[in-house]
Amino acid sequence: MTEIIKTKSLTFSYPPDEGKEPIPALKEIDLSVEQGSFVVVLGHNGSGKSTLAKHMNAVLLPGGGKVWVSGMDTTDENLLVEVRRQVGMVFQNPDNQIVANVVEEDVAFGPENLGVPTEEIQRRVAVALKAVGMEEFTLHAPHHLSGGQKQRIAIAGVIAMEPACIVLDESTAMLDPLGRRDVLDTVRHLNREKGITILLITHHMEEAATADRVVVMDDGRIVMDGAPGEVLVRVEELRKIGLAAPHTVELLYGLRQDGFDVPLDALDIRTCADVIMTSLNK
Amino acid sequence: MKPIIRVENLTHTYGVGTPFCRSAVKDVNMEILEGEFLGIIGHTGSGKSTLIQHLNGLLKPTAGRILLEGRDIWAEPKKIRNVRFHVGLVFQYPEYQLFEETVYKDIAFGPRNMGLDEGEVDRRVRAALAFSGLKEDLLDKSPFDLSGGQKRRVAIAGVIAMEPEVLILDEPSAGLDPAGRRSMLENIRNYHQERGTAVVMVSHSMDEVAENVDRIVVMANAGVVMSGAPHEVFSRAQELIDVGLNVPQVTQVAMELKRRGLGIDPAVYTVDDLRAALSTLKGGRG
Repeated sequence: MTEIIKTKSLTFSYPPDEGKEPIPALKEIDLSVEQGSFVVVLGHNGSGKSTLAKHMNAVLLPGGGKVWVSGMDTTDENLLVEVRRQVGMVFQNPDNQIVANVVEEDVAFGPENLGVPTEEIQRRVAVALKAVGMEEFTLHAPHHLSGGQKQRIAIAGVIAMEPACIVLDESTAMLDPLGRRDVLDTVRHLNREKGITILLITHHMEEAATADRVVVMDDGRIVMDGAPGEVLVRVEELRKIGLAAPHTVELLYGLRQDGFDVPLDALDIRTCADVIMTSLNK
Repeated sequence: MKPIIRVENLTHTYGVGTPFCRSAVKDVNMEILEGEFLGIIGHTGSGKSTLIQHLNGLLKPTAGRILLEGRDIWAEPKKIRNVRFHVGLVFQYPEYQLFEETVYKDIAFGPRNMGLDEGEVDRRVRAALAFSGLKEDLLDKSPFDLSGGQKRRVAIAGVIAMEPEVLILDEPSAGLDPAGRRSMLENIRNYHQERGTAVVMVSHSMDEVAENVDRIVVMANAGVVMSGAPHEVFSRAQELIDVGLNVPQVTQVAMELKRRGLGIDPAVYTVDDLRAALSTLKGGRG
């Protein structure tokens, strides 16, 4: 397997208030992300997931340990541009990420900064806007768009840099179900069709169900790591760290206590209905 | 119950005379009843934010009227500010709107503008703080030193402190983690129970609305498409899906089970209710 991102004993603390001891936001994180995979990182507020995300393209640099992007040490200043080209970030608030007055100019901002030739930029902007389903808004003013649309523009801006990996730091948190679905469909498509590695940081459990891998963080550490069917069924443990299993799993968990013979890992609606029917017909 | 607010034939058109001219709300009629807990749901662009900005006079109708206790709020345009003391609106992401030096001053801003004496302002600040689930030791802090969740609670307290007859919250739990969401909703429920005044919660989370409100108004395409108790609304789950809304996962499972021939009410929306219904069914068979 090829690793796109690797961290070793990654530790980080934010500058403390005067006279106080620093509180580590990340404690000895060892994580390696396979090229082309779709990884969801879960955790409640303050668990360290955003801090971890910001290390993936050198927005933050390790306080201890190391982070490599495609083998490049993120502390090497000479590699900074290449690290940021390879790993694009999309943040939570759509309003804080728009830089231009016209959608196509906003999307072109990244490649322009990389010195990509004009014709190539035009091609990339068109491809990127199509990839996020926003081509009809090419000449619109971004501030008139909805949150979900703005977020897709932000993703298009990242895609235009042709990254190997996109990190979405709670990018769906401020969106409605439709906007969220659009953004998720968009990143799933980019993952499947273009092989772009996706690291999706969220606290929506349903978003985790279709990932290749789910990493759960608590108190600056990785506390669970595995396939959705392995991680999302740990109902009690998830509750203990302020998260909740998907409602399908919660339902199956409850039914088991009532004597139903059902597995817990029927995450999606249809499978969940299937296992309930099977159990009832026994 | 009597309506406290009545919306009559409300239309609002943005960008008149530009190529982007669009009616965000079209011929809407609805009511908010005294003391009720109302949920308004709809996807982005359905018109719900435009609608609620009319309820306290932030936007002026292009056509139609807003009646507060039977009186047109625009009857005397110069007095529109008074409407805002009766109808409190908490915007989406209100934490970005804090501006005072201390939490106390921020919460006191509204009541002071109402011309109340300092003793009354102080009483209201402390009561609002408690309703919002914050501790008194935060009062002297700068709002900018607080966490995101705390900031939002301060902003909500600032509106509650005006003791409005109608409290409108636009996506109060958006962006919070599951624990934060639970506690925010609990605070809002408690506020509603203790004050007994009308609360309107705008949300796109069906689960959240279903579990908390007395009545739901569903908006789509600039209009009201459904209104009723949660159970009535979810009994039309397919229509909700058709207008781009997510029905709760539990409702979807129930719909699937019904489709597979199980005699079950598909309008359930909580894990506990569906679990109970299935266990009863099993008991009957068993």
